[in-house]
Amino acid sequence: MGESTSADLQAQKKAVLELAVRNHPGVMTHVCGLFARRAFNVEGILCMPVGDGGESRIWLLVHDDERLSQMTLQAEKLEDVLSVRRHGADHAVFERLEAFFQ
Amino acid sequence: MEMTGAQLLVRLLEAQGVDTIAGIPGGAALPLYDALASAGTIRHVLARHEQGAGFIAQGIARASGKAAVCMSSSGPGATNLVTAIADAKLDSIPLVCITGQVPLPMIGTDAFQEVDTYGLSIPVTKHNYLVRDAEALPQVIDDAFRIAQSGRPGPVWVDIPKDVQLQRIRVGALPAPSSLDTPPEVDGEALLRAAQMINSAERPILYLGGGVIASGASHLAVTLAEQAGLPTTMTLMALGAMPIDHPLSVGMLGMHGARYTNYVLQESDLLICVGARFDDRAIGKASEFCPDAKIIHIDIDASEIHKIRFAHVGIQGDVAAVLERLLPHVQVQLRKKWLSRVSGLRAAHPLQMPALDDPRSHYGLVSAVAACLDDDAIITTDVGQHQMWVAQAYPFRRPRQWLTSGGLGTMGFGLPAAIGAALAEPKRKVVCFSGDGSLQMNIQEMATAADEGVDVKIILMNNQSLGLVHQQQDMFYGKRIFAADYKRQTDFVRIAEGFGLAAVDLDRSAHPRALLAEAISSKGPTLIHCSIDVNQKVFPMVPPGAANIEMIGG
Repeated sequence: MGESTSADLQAQKKAVLELAVRNHPGVMTHVCGLFARRAFNVEGILCMPVGDGGESRIWLLVHDDERLSQMTLQAEKLEDVLSVRRHGADHAVFERLEAFFQ
Repeated sequence: MEMTGAQLLVRLLEAQGVDTIAGIPGGAALPLYDALASAGTIRHVLARHEQGAGFIAQGIARASGKAAVCMSSSGPGATNLVTAIADAKLDSIPLVCITGQVPLPMIGTDAFQEVDTYGLSIPVTKHNYLVRDAEALPQVIDDAFRIAQSGRPGPVWVDIPKDVQLQRIRVGALPAPSSLDTPPEVDGEALLRAAQMINSAERPILYLGGGVIASGASHLAVTLAEQAGLPTTMTLMALGAMPIDHPLSVGMLGMHGARYTNYVLQESDLLICVGARFDDRAIGKASEFCPDAKIIHIDIDASEIHKIRFAHVGIQGDVAAVLERLLPHVQVQLRKKWLSRVSGLRAAHPLQMPALDDPRSHYGLVSAVAACLDDDAIITTDVGQHQMWVAQAYPFRRPRQWLTSGGLGTMGFGLPAAIGAALAEPKRKVVCFSGDGSLQMNIQEMATAADEGVDVKIILMNNQSLGLVHQQQDMFYGKRIFAADYKRQTDFVRIAEGFGLAAVDLDRSAHPRALLAEAISSKGPTLIHCSIDVNQKVFPMVPPGAANIEMIGG
């Protein structure tokens, strides 16, 4: 991964993952650590509590390569991950944020 | 009734049926230890190093199949446990690891013996907790045991700050421990396709992994093999799932499997993988493993299916439940043609065990020890050449007879794991094969063995070297032996005696076989020392990264 240029990264197909998780200190580390540990790049992360704060939603912008389904299965194994949904890269959540990163 | 968090913890452990804990106390765990002392209901085994405590718990868990508990203080106590917990993660062993932590208000201040145990434990556990309120303990401990033992087992780490241990709370009646999670529903359609593939295959192989042991499915795996006429190979973790002298057993596959085993696999047209994970030491170069075989993969962990090799049929489920449902659909077959081909390969390329008659040679010693024992004995090993020689030469015939560090390959596993096994199964003889390199990684646990008076026999195969490093430097690094041989001879017999063990030296005996038998039949911890030629190799050997049929030697 370290070898890719930013142009390479731009060209790769992306996907957006939506994780419903139990909201407690440490759940972000569990999720981000899993992707880092398995050498799978995460391009963008968003996390906010939902409803009464018992749950959070984590949005991940990731590369859509042949390992993504394995990463999804690994994420589903985390005790505090309640569900994982996969969306296309055109999902609005990261597109609307672009204005903040100009 | 009112009690402290520590007292509540002890009550919860009792309710889980915990009767033994291995650990070492320290500042941040003192309330826990005080509660253990007052209750007097749980036996505490005082290890000499926290890693030893972790492996003692592993020995209990591996021998019994139930979650075992290790305990330590914060900081170095926790970091010392990490290796034993990581080992349990890679071999899917159920453990609950409990550590003391500095008081909540001091977390994040670089307090004395503070370390981020929660953060450290994430990558090496199935799940972990930092308990911030004693009120949470009933749920956390119940979850910890349920998670450790449900599905694919693994270690769970519970970190408890000292002020939470001392927190006084009102506790009502404790609820009964939760039952384990229900395994996933078996896909009936996939099951039928798998049965059809088995029935129509010409050269099928059954490939058993540690999941068969964990699931208690050995007898079902043997029934499947017998019903469908399946030559059966086992991973290092599965040894004992099928008796090694069963006519359908083709022994262990992989880096140090017999030549014929890897050749048989090469010719197969269907690989039925049950509770195994296509580990690189077992399958060699993944793309060239069983090149002509379709694959059926049965595993409790969905993420293992397709991880390394695409499965033509993948079935997620508890191995025992899947096999039970599969069996009625599998035709009885004699498979004379394939089995006679397997016999031919076995006769042409058997496992070579030179000097088997000499009890002071590597294979000969393994064989001589086996001759002193029956199938009730438990065999543990450390990691290295001796481990592979035992895996190749010892006649394993039942599940949980063989306890070894497979995935992490941790030197120092053998002795404390043997102590744990002896604590869990006091009526069984426990024999730990070790090497001089491995033994010195947890040699201090000899003192624990002496304290507890466990019936553990250490067979020390001493080549004054890190033998497997020596072997690889000899074979693959131009014979440049560096940092592998020890300069001085260590007097292990005196060391063992110093720790309070009995000790015998086969090197100095005129009748080594008789001395060995006498030492093994005696009660209590004993070191049995034997020098081994440093130039003996583990053969055959698949060079790292090569395909399994590219074996050297043997």
